Amino acid sequence: MNAYRFGFGSTAFEARGSGALYWPQERALILSDLHLGKAERRARRYGQVLPPYGDHDVLARLEQELQDTDAKTVISLGDGFDDDEAAKNLSPEIGKDLSRLMGARDWIWITGNHDPSAPPFGGRCLSELALSGITLRHMAKPGAVGEISGHYHPKARLALGGAHISRPCFLIDRQRVILPAFGTYTGGLDCRQTPLADLMEPAALAVLTGQSPRALPMPRAKRLRQA
Amino acid sequence: MHSLSPALADWFARKGWALHPHQAEMLARAQAPAQLLIAPTGGGKTLAGFLPSLCDLERRPRPGLHTLYVSPLKALAADIKRNLTTPVEEAGLDIRIEDRTGDTSYTQKRRQRADPPHILLTTPESLALLLSYEDAPKIFAGLQRVVVDEIHALSESKRGDQLMLALARLSQLCPGLRRVGLSATVEDPEAMARFLARHPDPCAITLADPGPAPDIAMLPCAAPAPWSGGGGRYAIPEVIAQIKAHKTTLIFHNTRAQAEIFFHALWLENSESLPIAIHHGSLAREQRVKVEQAMVAGALRAIVCTGSLDLGIDWGDVDLVIQIGAPKNVKRLVQRIGRANHRYNAPSKALLVPANQFEIIECHAALEAVRAQDLDGDARGAGPLDVLCQHILITACAGPFEADALFAEITSAGGYETLSRADFDACLEFCASGGYALRAYDRWQRLRQDASGRWQLRDPRAARQIRMNLGTIQDSDTLKVRLKHSRGGKPLGEVEEAFAATLTPGDTFLMGGQVVRYEGLREMTVEVSRQTGKRPRIATFMGTKFATSTQLSARILRLFHATDWPDLPGPTADWLKLQLARSHLPQADRLLFESFAHNGRAYSCLYAFAGRNAMQTLGLLLTQRMEDLGLGPLGFVATDYAVLIWSVDPVEDPAPLLEPGHLRAGFETWLAGNAVMKRTFKASATIAGLIERQSPGKRKSGRQTSFSADILYDTLRKYDPDHLLLGITRQEALRGLVDFGRIEEMLARTRGAVDHVVLPQISPFAAPLLLEVGRVPVVGEGQERLLAAEAEQLLSRLITQNNPK
Repeated sequence: MNAYRFGFGSTAFEARGSGALYWPQERALILSDLHLGKAERRARRYGQVLPPYGDHDVLARLEQELQDTDAKTVISLGDGFDDDEAAKNLSPEIGKDLSRLMGARDWIWITGNHDPSAPPFGGRCLSELALSGITLRHMAKPGAVGEISGHYHPKARLALGGAHISRPCFLIDRQRVILPAFGTYTGGLDCRQTPLADLMEPAALAVLTGQSPRALPMPRAKRLRQA
Repeated sequence: MHSLSPALADWFARKGWALHPHQAEMLARAQAPAQLLIAPTGGGKTLAGFLPSLCDLERRPRPGLHTLYVSPLKALAADIKRNLTTPVEEAGLDIRIEDRTGDTSYTQKRRQRADPPHILLTTPESLALLLSYEDAPKIFAGLQRVVVDEIHALSESKRGDQLMLALARLSQLCPGLRRVGLSATVEDPEAMARFLARHPDPCAITLADPGPAPDIAMLPCAAPAPWSGGGGRYAIPEVIAQIKAHKTTLIFHNTRAQAEIFFHALWLENSESLPIAIHHGSLAREQRVKVEQAMVAGALRAIVCTGSLDLGIDWGDVDLVIQIGAPKNVKRLVQRIGRANHRYNAPSKALLVPANQFEIIECHAALEAVRAQDLDGDARGAGPLDVLCQHILITACAGPFEADALFAEITSAGGYETLSRADFDACLEFCASGGYALRAYDRWQRLRQDASGRWQLRDPRAARQIRMNLGTIQDSDTLKVRLKHSRGGKPLGEVEEAFAATLTPGDTFLMGGQVVRYEGLREMTVEVSRQTGKRPRIATFMGTKFATSTQLSARILRLFHATDWPDLPGPTADWLKLQLARSHLPQADRLLFESFAHNGRAYSCLYAFAGRNAMQTLGLLLTQRMEDLGLGPLGFVATDYAVLIWSVDPVEDPAPLLEPGHLRAGFETWLAGNAVMKRTFKASATIAGLIERQSPGKRKSGRQTSFSADILYDTLRKYDPDHLLLGITRQEALRGLVDFGRIEEMLARTRGAVDHVVLPQISPFAAPLLLEVGRVPVVGEGQERLLAAEAEQLLSRLITQNNPK
């Protein structure tokens, strides 16, 4: 199966190759940083006319995840929309698709720095959510215990047999999980950089997304040897 | 008007000079709408280009811009200013000459727009920028002539296409504008003339006396050349002897890394402390300027350099050019040789140092070609559409335009004469709304039509962004290298970001001829300390990897018709004979495919002589086919003439692998997802204005908000496979990094004839390939397996650390 299972808090989770996190006990699919409407915002704000297929791609991958997991609850961990206006300006086709996916599911929009207001698509809108002893929020809080967040779009870079690979990744330690971005038009922050490097415990794992998600010790910046 | 004006004639007479025949010819044709001068370096080429302007300005002095000069180098513009000022001042002419490049100050630029000089010296990018201003018609009012220097160099890249589009604009603003092109020796002067002239104007060609034939040979060395690799370090003693025997020697290398390594080795052997220096494009500008000044002052005996000194200023007293490594391209070799001895009547002197045994053969073929004056070169294709898109945006910055008028103007530019209206409309649509199959951005179009149908920027503020992205030169992502604790000190140079990422503190590499130790990355700067007496790790920062030209490859293949090679050094001839006895020698009309086992792996070696980039692409395509067939390819290495592949299982029958249909299908489908195609896409998408050029400052703050061009490429391929930019990417892939056009050329000449030779051991020709650097691991299932193994190993180590016994 295309997922890496791990225990967190008192229950089991699956870090999926797509970048989504599945919580079997709650039948909840958790996603972060969809950034819907990013192309529209770029055009509106900067006159850049990106291929207008980013939202289609996000929803197509999301639908696949919903099919595969049969989740009853969906939690978007913030930055679901590239800004509040982008949420209003989504193309009618994308809006219809999103509503169809939301259907009868319990859908929770946690607000992020890009989308501080409730989107016009129904579902619940919260600034954070506590569920079975775990807190779900957009941006990790230093010192938090039992927290699942997004925001940073973590990526891991590895040298493999002479070639470099760089992939979005989950970061996992005993106290927190940070999700990669699920959005199509998103970049990433190398997990060697601050604040990711400081947020995570020394024994943290990075789970690389892709065909078969793999756990590795979280890559760390090499310390300067003392001369 | 057809002879020298009085004051200039007087100046020539006082100097005791007479006009060179080509200068007189250029002057006599001053009224031609376009003319091209082909002349070797020296010989008053630049003056020939300017004489008609100087004479006209002497006879009819008047304010305003008269002549525009465009050169590929900022340094050249500054140098020409000095050189031209001398005759102007000495002849007492009241002519103002100024340069305008990326280095010109803001106030100077503003003043130039309000009060232009008579002669403005600039670069294609600065010209394009001037044309993007609303007051362009005012700036260029009255312009009579434009001189394009080193047009042969400009025409080899998209900078030339951008320039021709700019000239089309200028001709529109200034009817009657006359064009002059100055070029080094090229293989097809008529094609260059057509490129320069406004279509369909005629273009007169003046061929200057090329001077005496160059004195060129291979440098005899005591030590034999090695079997593989580059750099030519074995020749250091002989090179030092040559430096001592000449005034100033230019030592050309094909890559920056090789130039660094050679310079380091040369310095270690330089027991007499001859003043020698290094010059290449990765060095900090300050460093390069220092070397150039020392060179002009005659203070240097030798300069180790790369293509960075191919063009430009008359470097004083260079009397010897040494080319280390195979020249790859006969035309460039001839142009480099021309760097020696700028005195018109003396032969240029050059020595070739092949870096390995195969390069001895290539140098031999190149010498034959130079003697036969058989220059190589690929015909220029049609003007690229990404550059056209940028030109449309630049035009929109200057003000509203009509599509019909712009189309007419563009089809008068060299390279764009055959542009179809459909292609033009597609580019315009791309500039306006992105040109996607799915309608979007109706509210946010970049360009839109006004009531009278003219196109203009929706938001005039977009002009700033368009101007910042202007140009066609692709900078690779590089990081500055500085000494640690040198607070704001001068950078030593630059390295590629990918190279920096491989460094671990304590690693050493060469930069500007010195060994430095990597200390760490601080913001976007690589911090290093000086390190003495340590063997450096190879500096793999970028250097252009030229591919051996089609014509030179053909010459090498012709050499293989023989069975004896009395003209080649003994060891090289013996090597060829051994290859002939054990296997075959490659032939132009057949493909040689060798199979053998070595160290427990199955090896396949294909000699296709298609040039390094195409051979690399062939390696990617063949290993992908082998993966599909379950042969377990593990990696390959490509050179200009061969690709060597290693795999778990041997190839039993190469014919299906090499079937043209399969190769083309692979290019269209599988290769399209490969990193080289993504790089090609990124370059075109940047030029066309879809994505912004990444400036280092931006990258620093950009972080997770900026995403890679690869994502856009994948998205377009998935949802809009017929999009304009994907078409441009496929077109670009026929040349450049992917160079599929050379694979087509190889398929056409071999027409399916494959000789499969199964050998009990490695063949003489394949042996050196085992030592080649630049091995490419095969990614795919292999990467997943490696990743799994790596993960397991790292995790088990972690577990051991956490549970000590």
